[in-house]
Amino acid sequence: MNLLLLVLLLPAAGFLIALALPRSSPASSRYWALAISLVTFLASLALLGWFDRSVAGDQLTVDLLWISSPEIRFHIAADGVSLWLVLLSTFLTPICVLISWNHIQSRVKEFYAFLLLLEVGLVGVFLAQDLFLFYVFWEVSLVPMYFLIGIWGHDRRIYAAVKFFLYTMAGSVLMLAAIIYLYNRAGTFGYAAILDQLASGRLVFTAFEQMLLFLAFFVAFAIKVPLFPLHTWLPDAHVEAPTAGSVMLASVMLKMGTFGILHYALPLFPAAARRCAPWIAVLAIIGIIYGALVAMVQPNMKKLVAYSSVSHLGFVVLGIFSFTQIGLDGAVYQMLNHGITTGALFALVGLMYDRRHSLAIEDYGGVATAAPWLSTVFLITTLASIGLPLLNNFVGEFLVLQGAALANFKWAIWAALGVILSACYMLWMYQRVFYGELKDAVRSHMPDLNLREWAVVVPLIAMMVWMGVYSKSFLDPVGKTTARVLEQTQVNVPYRVDLRGPASTEVSRAR
Amino acid sequence: MPASPIFNPTDLIRFLPEIILTAMGTLIMVLDPLLNRRESKVYGTLSLATLLAAILAAIYAYSDAGPAFGGMLIVDGFATFFRVLVLGVGILTILPSFSFLKRQQAETSEFHALLLFSIAGQSIMAAANDLIIIFIGLEISSIASYILAGYLRDDKRANEAALKYFLLGSFATGFFLYGVALIYGETGSINLSVVHAVVTGPDAPLPVMVGLAAALMFVGLAFKVSASPFQIWAPDVYQGAPTPVSAFLSAGPKAAAFAIFLRIFMTAFAPIGHAWAPLVWASALLSMTIGNFAALLQTNVKRMLAYSSIAHAGYVMVALASRSEVGIAAAMFYLAAYACMNVGAFAVVSHLSGKGERYQSIEDFAGLAQKQPFVAAMLSIFLLSLIGVPLTGGFFGKFYIFKAALESHLVWLTVLGLLNSAVAAYYYLRLLVMMYFRDPGEAASSAEPLTPAFSAALILPAIGTLVLGIFPGWVLDFAGRSASLVK
Repeated sequence: MNLLLLVLLLPAAGFLIALALPRSSPASSRYWALAISLVTFLASLALLGWFDRSVAGDQLTVDLLWISSPEIRFHIAADGVSLWLVLLSTFLTPICVLISWNHIQSRVKEFYAFLLLLEVGLVGVFLAQDLFLFYVFWEVSLVPMYFLIGIWGHDRRIYAAVKFFLYTMAGSVLMLAAIIYLYNRAGTFGYAAILDQLASGRLVFTAFEQMLLFLAFFVAFAIKVPLFPLHTWLPDAHVEAPTAGSVMLASVMLKMGTFGILHYALPLFPAAARRCAPWIAVLAIIGIIYGALVAMVQPNMKKLVAYSSVSHLGFVVLGIFSFTQIGLDGAVYQMLNHGITTGALFALVGLMYDRRHSLAIEDYGGVATAAPWLSTVFLITTLASIGLPLLNNFVGEFLVLQGAALANFKWAIWAALGVILSACYMLWMYQRVFYGELKDAVRSHMPDLNLREWAVVVPLIAMMVWMGVYSKSFLDPVGKTTARVLEQTQVNVPYRVDLRGPASTEVSRAR
Repeated sequence: MPASPIFNPTDLIRFLPEIILTAMGTLIMVLDPLLNRRESKVYGTLSLATLLAAILAAIYAYSDAGPAFGGMLIVDGFATFFRVLVLGVGILTILPSFSFLKRQQAETSEFHALLLFSIAGQSIMAAANDLIIIFIGLEISSIASYILAGYLRDDKRANEAALKYFLLGSFATGFFLYGVALIYGETGSINLSVVHAVVTGPDAPLPVMVGLAAALMFVGLAFKVSASPFQIWAPDVYQGAPTPVSAFLSAGPKAAAFAIFLRIFMTAFAPIGHAWAPLVWASALLSMTIGNFAALLQTNVKRMLAYSSIAHAGYVMVALASRSEVGIAAAMFYLAAYACMNVGAFAVVSHLSGKGERYQSIEDFAGLAQKQPFVAAMLSIFLLSLIGVPLTGGFFGKFYIFKAALESHLVWLTVLGLLNSAVAAYYYLRLLVMMYFRDPGEAASSAEPLTPAFSAALILPAIGTLVLGIFPGWVLDFAGRSASLVK
């Protein structure tokens, strides 16, 4: 049994079995979801052992025929970037199960079923090597998130869920058109085969064609990232979603967009991507600063964290469009960092909501006195989020800024403003929530972390420290993959096909 | 093929499905006064058996494919596909109507007899290769559907629906017949293969005259498939007609009308394709846009589904506009997927609407997921398929259609069509929102418990939708092989 297939099939099987569990016993659904998501995580950990770090190409390939005409293959494989994103998804799913343990009291069975289905979609998006399959997973991941927000969300959940669905749908139909167009030109949905044709000059797009196709892909991804000014769905969706929904949305779903840009938009349409790079970089910088400024004035903790996501994801996009090795590495690293820290922030805000039943900053104050451990954990996460050295975000932001500086020094200056602003809004929120006078309403509602909650936060904190102190364990495979992407985007320099492992050459021989 | 005045056994076997349907329809009418049981399940069961037998007969006829009655009928893969499709739609219409007819205390015998006659007409349309036979099939199907639309005699809306459907439908058939007459005058034949030969031959009639005939037939057929600008009747009729009948109208007659649409335009009129393609292009875009945007504003579920069915007719028109065999195959696949998801969705509406069809508003779906999770889950599958979410038949249908369109370089139509499908997501989501995100209302609380027949009426199309979405190859390969029509 191929390990990648296992990582994909375990949650899928878990979803089907979760549907069959009795509605009358919510505990059975909880324990089942926890068990299957932990097993999936262990299976994905085993991936690390099987993954050959010295190879840049796709590994652990599964390639099965799904539909014969037009030929659509169930083709999955991992590279140095998708490996970590899959691990991020499988790492956060059990954490989401745990934070929802008491938070979700109605329709428990459906909740965990949707959570597992979401995991299937997310893992699939990162692993698909066939454009069609990629689109299928892309859309499939939309449905469970729609229900997670719509059923278990807060007051304005319906508005947020519908907005989320329509934004993503509107972007992705254009991508579908572009995928079909690519198929009609290349005669295949196989991603490696299309790249081969591009590299060998058998498939050539005019500049105009390439620009339209790039934009069709890019807009779909930019909505998901979200890039300013396409971000407006995000604060609504994040704030209204239940805690687990916010965590999965921020930590993993947004990465679908940046992963898509890195993995598809750049290698497929390098000339157009480079032509658009200055414009996109400017939008990314606007996003960094705008997100930070708007976050600063939020009275609602969740909304603050949501806008901080807009700001952080701006760094990722900026790093990618710096077209430097160091910038791309930083972008990927920042994708993972943001997944851990913002996931942790949403989880912690969720824990506080469970206690006080409010998200408004003004309803808190003095929490540090009532719940010192919770405050400590929150502080570490806050510091990680603002990029304190030795914690994870510092590494990513530093690399991105360095890459941006290499590309255009002004970009780095403006983007660095975002780092300063992030310290302002995060620390200011921390001060208002955790310090100051302890109100009675807070004191009576603020027990410290219990065992289950420790189980949630310890792995997250451990990851923040590990990723901040010893980034080498993560960056090696990332660098190999980003180097390949960079090579593919060298316009007018046909990149060599043999760089990409044996899997892709087999496809090219079959053609 | 020389015309043979004598019926031979091969002809009869190739015509067997229609014979079975007509014979059993007549038998039911004869049985009615003899049995004299108003709300009997006998007729429904009998009709189900008839339809199953007709499906078997259609498949058996395909084992010995070829023309019948001197080329008036032609049994090929295309014909068999649509025969099985309309017969399947018949089964999916009858299953939920057991409880529906009982609830409305309506007579069962005439309902089933008319349904069988209508399906017989559609089955003829599927296999017809001759303009007069097409016309006869169209009329058999239509006249029975006019009556079915007004089947609940005491319901004002049903009366309005039937009258409107009848008047406008007669006009449309009139246009069609003018086109037939013109073709006969110009080419001296009503056989599609002969017409094709004459149009491409040395003594071809003036292209203008053939084009005029094509335009007249286009009007008639666009009416039957409810494509713009001849879609005005659809919302009123679908809303007024009894819900199982609306389900039937939106799938069966539409599929059959598309069958003849494709057959006529892709065989006899294929040589002047460049002339009618812009017409179809515009009609496709108009249908999608009008259907989807009007559906956004509806509060009545049946009316919303009516507009959505206009939009879906538009998608199939896109396939026709691509004028290729891939397009024909895509249209066939789409119609099959559409039949599953739409009939299924209407079945849920008929289940929920209650006695006298009181509950038809979108608001009435509130909280259905809590009261009847199974029904809500099934409707979700149908709605997600109508939206076009992957792993459902609706997604692959759209995908194949737009793939065919792009192959024929219809880039703008593809982009506008896909954007349309994003707009459409909104109104389907409204139903999902109601079912899952709201607390139960009166309608959901008073919904009847499920009967086995009704469960089957939901499970069968749901399985169909998912199979078409996960293993589309099975149907698509057959459609692809059948798409090369005999010219």
